Amino acid sequence: MKENMKRLINGIIKENPTFVLMLGMCPTLAVTSSAINGLGMGLSTTVVLIFANLIISLFRKRIPNGVRIPAFIVIVASLVTIVEFLMKAYFQSLSESLGVYIPLIVVNCLILGRAESFASKNGPIASIFDGVGMGLGFTLGLTIIGLIREILGNGSIFDIPVLTDIGFTPIAIFARAPGAFLVLAFLVAGMNIVRKKMDEKGKPLAKPSGCLTGDCANCTSRCENSTVKEEN
Amino acid sequence: MEVLGNLIAIAITYGIINNVVLSQFLGICPFLGVSKKTETAAGMGGAVIFVIGIAALVTGLINKFILANEALIQMGIDLRYLKTIIFILVIASLVQFVEMFLKKAMPALYEALGVFLPLITTNCAVLGVALNAITYEYDILETVVYGLATGVGFFIAIVLMAGIREKVEYNDIPKPFQGTALVLVIAALMSIAFMGFSGMNI
Repeated sequence: MKENMKRLINGIIKENPTFVLMLGMCPTLAVTSSAINGLGMGLSTTVVLIFANLIISLFRKRIPNGVRIPAFIVIVASLVTIVEFLMKAYFQSLSESLGVYIPLIVVNCLILGRAESFASKNGPIASIFDGVGMGLGFTLGLTIIGLIREILGNGSIFDIPVLTDIGFTPIAIFARAPGAFLVLAFLVAGMNIVRKKMDEKGKPLAKPSGCLTGDCANCTSRCENSTVKEEN
Repeated sequence: MEVLGNLIAIAITYGIINNVVLSQFLGICPFLGVSKKTETAAGMGGAVIFVIGIAALVTGLINKFILANEALIQMGIDLRYLKTIIFILVIASLVQFVEMFLKKAMPALYEALGVFLPLITTNCAVLGVALNAITYEYDILETVVYGLATGVGFFIAIVLMAGIREKVEYNDIPKPFQGTALVLVIAALMSIAFMGFSGMNI
């Protein structure tokens, strides 16, 4: 149990997918124009991640190594389709504002990354906790970025106006495309400072493993490595 | 004439106005990762145009003749809900297939684009185009033009980014901003510039 709680905390703080591992940058930039969108995207990714981790972990001994990536993709894509239809049925406005980014959860590095590096090697219970931890960490990251952009760009928090009453003029650009890049840029710069401090303290943070390391191959081909290897 | 005008409108809208990277955030990974040198960026851009074009055609055909086939739907077999699963598998295997085909049939083109092909499989722009084309209810021709225009938009964005990165490489940049953070700041400024096109009415 203690081990599992550690895994949970690990996903939320120590290896936070958004701030530390820097995975899944497409949704991070695209859907964080408001806090509620960030939260919705984060939670739907969490649901997919938990069930993907569980199913892949249950079948880990049955899936042949050579075709494991396509198998993972089919499992994730099925779950994403289910989530997409559930969102359409019960959260229609959210599903409309997230649009194509819901089905695009399939290509989120975070999910295939966890499947490959955790769920395919660990038992179901541990995998669920890893999924919950990583998913909540991702949700937290998206919600925080969404909050920053919503406050600056719209003067509100979760659609409740807070700053406009006291004479703050919203900087509309933060709620639009350039704001996403700008907020993330300052976030990465901030994390660089934190990273350096932690290094000096002798407690280095986990290395970012997504596309932001400047090594795109790491993000995309890690999920694809197996198929590439087969050919050689 | 109307058809042609419509196609040109789609091409301009998705090539420039709604730029795939700078306003729709698809394909961020290669945009940030492979934009250090102009030549590599151009190679990546070319590969993306190529793959999205083919993928748009194939997924468009699959959607029209299998998933949303009128005859099947009338028989009570509606397969449209399978689109995400089918498309991601088709795109993944298509990229492998294109790679093998190029290696054999067009070695010169493979030389130029080959390294980038495996990187494109999980590029969300490809799947995004395939899925969006259904949402927008495009026919096959429109889907292909939409795909190619998106690819060209990606090419423009990544080559511009690489050009700027080459220029600022030796500048005195504050330490925390070196690397990715600076790229994101440049992307923000480029995105502001591209917002200027959004006033265009087509």
